[in-house]
Amino acid sequence: MYAFFLAPFVEFSFMQRAALGAIMLSIGACPVGVFLMLRRMSLTGDAMAHAILPGAAVGFLIYGLEIVPMTIGGLVIGMIVALGAGAVSRFTVQKEDASLAAFYLISLAFGVLLVSWRGSSVDLMHVLFGTVLALNNDALILIAMIFVITLVSMAVFWRALVAECLDPLFLRSVSGLGSVVHFVFLGLVVLNLVGGFQALGTLLSVGLMMLPAAAARFWCHRVWPMCCLAVAIGIASSLSGLLFSYHASLPSGPAIILSAGVAYLVSLVFGSRGIIATQISTRRHRAA
Amino acid sequence: MTACLTFQDLTLGYNGHAAVHHLNGTVPVGSLTAVVGANGSGKSTLMKGISGLLKPISGRVTVSADTRIAYLPQMSELDRSFPARVIDLVSLGLWPRRGLLGRHTAQDRDVLLQALSAVGLEGFEKRAIDTLSGGQLQRALFARVLVQDANLILLDEPFNAVDMKTVTDLVALVKHWQGENRTVLAVLHDYDLVRAHFPTALLLAREAIAWGDTMDTLKPENLLRARRFHEGWDEDAPWCAANSAPGHDHAHSKVA
Repeated sequence: MYAFFLAPFVEFSFMQRAALGAIMLSIGACPVGVFLMLRRMSLTGDAMAHAILPGAAVGFLIYGLEIVPMTIGGLVIGMIVALGAGAVSRFTVQKEDASLAAFYLISLAFGVLLVSWRGSSVDLMHVLFGTVLALNNDALILIAMIFVITLVSMAVFWRALVAECLDPLFLRSVSGLGSVVHFVFLGLVVLNLVGGFQALGTLLSVGLMMLPAAAARFWCHRVWPMCCLAVAIGIASSLSGLLFSYHASLPSGPAIILSAGVAYLVSLVFGSRGIIATQISTRRHRAA
Repeated sequence: MTACLTFQDLTLGYNGHAAVHHLNGTVPVGSLTAVVGANGSGKSTLMKGISGLLKPISGRVTVSADTRIAYLPQMSELDRSFPARVIDLVSLGLWPRRGLLGRHTAQDRDVLLQALSAVGLEGFEKRAIDTLSGGQLQRALFARVLVQDANLILLDEPFNAVDMKTVTDLVALVKHWQGENRTVLAVLHDYDLVRAHFPTALLLAREAIAWGDTMDTLKPENLLRARRFHEGWDEDAPWCAANSAPGHDHAHSKVA
């Protein structure tokens, strides 16, 4: 037992770093994912993950495979796309899904062009799929900063975020915070995707955001417990994914996301609001 | 008589077409006014204009100082699938008092429970909002208005989908507000209800057809005039020249 579950984390510092990074990412990204899901923006994370590619590519072209410039590049482009798409949906008739699709497709095409201009496909694979087992100090500090910013923003804006999801027109009638909280939230989405991309890659960092959230939806009736459960599922998936990849010598990013995928499928079937519970309880009912 | 609301040559609309046209008048503090008129006559638009959700094309709405507005819209943007309980929905009404970061106290909780019981939803506080019926949800939203403790209350078709017994209870609540010197404007379609309970009425047909004592306002000749109003937009309608205030650029519909 010890040898299987604890020894890898105790003996190898790269495993400790990977675990620390993945736990911080889970605590930050999973609640963000819950709100993305509740706002029916589940695919937004996916779109944003593609959108940050040109920023990372510019950082890579200028500085090589360095975490800080690539991250800042991704952050800048991500913010431009998020704010641009958000502004189009707030101030024109076009809905957010369409404006975001437009912005991210432009950005993605640009990014692929940049990467293929000078990089080899190996580098592209690195940007797309990340390496959680090679988190250096810079990457860990960055993830820690994003973790703190996310938690503080969520704590401060929690009530507004819930109100904006539950009844946006009401929030507009009592407060001007609606637009502010929307953009803060989009900013958090970008931050957490960028935070995850060194560890998990741009494509898979969405998985750690959305899969635990989607799984938690099958168990909870309220937002706060849903966020807590999503974080727990995220952490558990991270640790089990790391162990799986260590013992089976498999890439860690996909292993983590697949663990979260297993949690999702289990919740889908066995959750208190999952398939079995809803199908069985339909026949039993109380008179009032 | 102090004015709670003053309309000065107020024109509200969409895409350059007037929906409320050159409205003038005042709403006194503590008055209870029914806003009536056909579909598309500008009732909801007026509510949006007063609450500040829609900017005037020209003219202005002046709300007197220290007025706190509560607005119950006709078409709520409420997301019913959101995982929230009735009490969470009603507690949004604490926003004007507690804002973003203020703690919700035990006293606030009593306010919430009292509001729920006032609309006949005792015991519903832990129910998920996606399990409520349309009328129950409307009552929960009414409870939220109660919690807001506003002194200018805008109700847009508040009794939609609400059963008769509850309408009676809610009307009693509305009249109680008037006793507390709160100003109420309610968009309504039921003329009998208006005649029975609302002392003042505003009859809209894009323009104010009549405004004043309910019995006078709802006289047959006024209602006939209001019915003849044409609700469609007319792309060939002349540009309004009733006054040449800056920014006044909306099309008029010809009166059919």
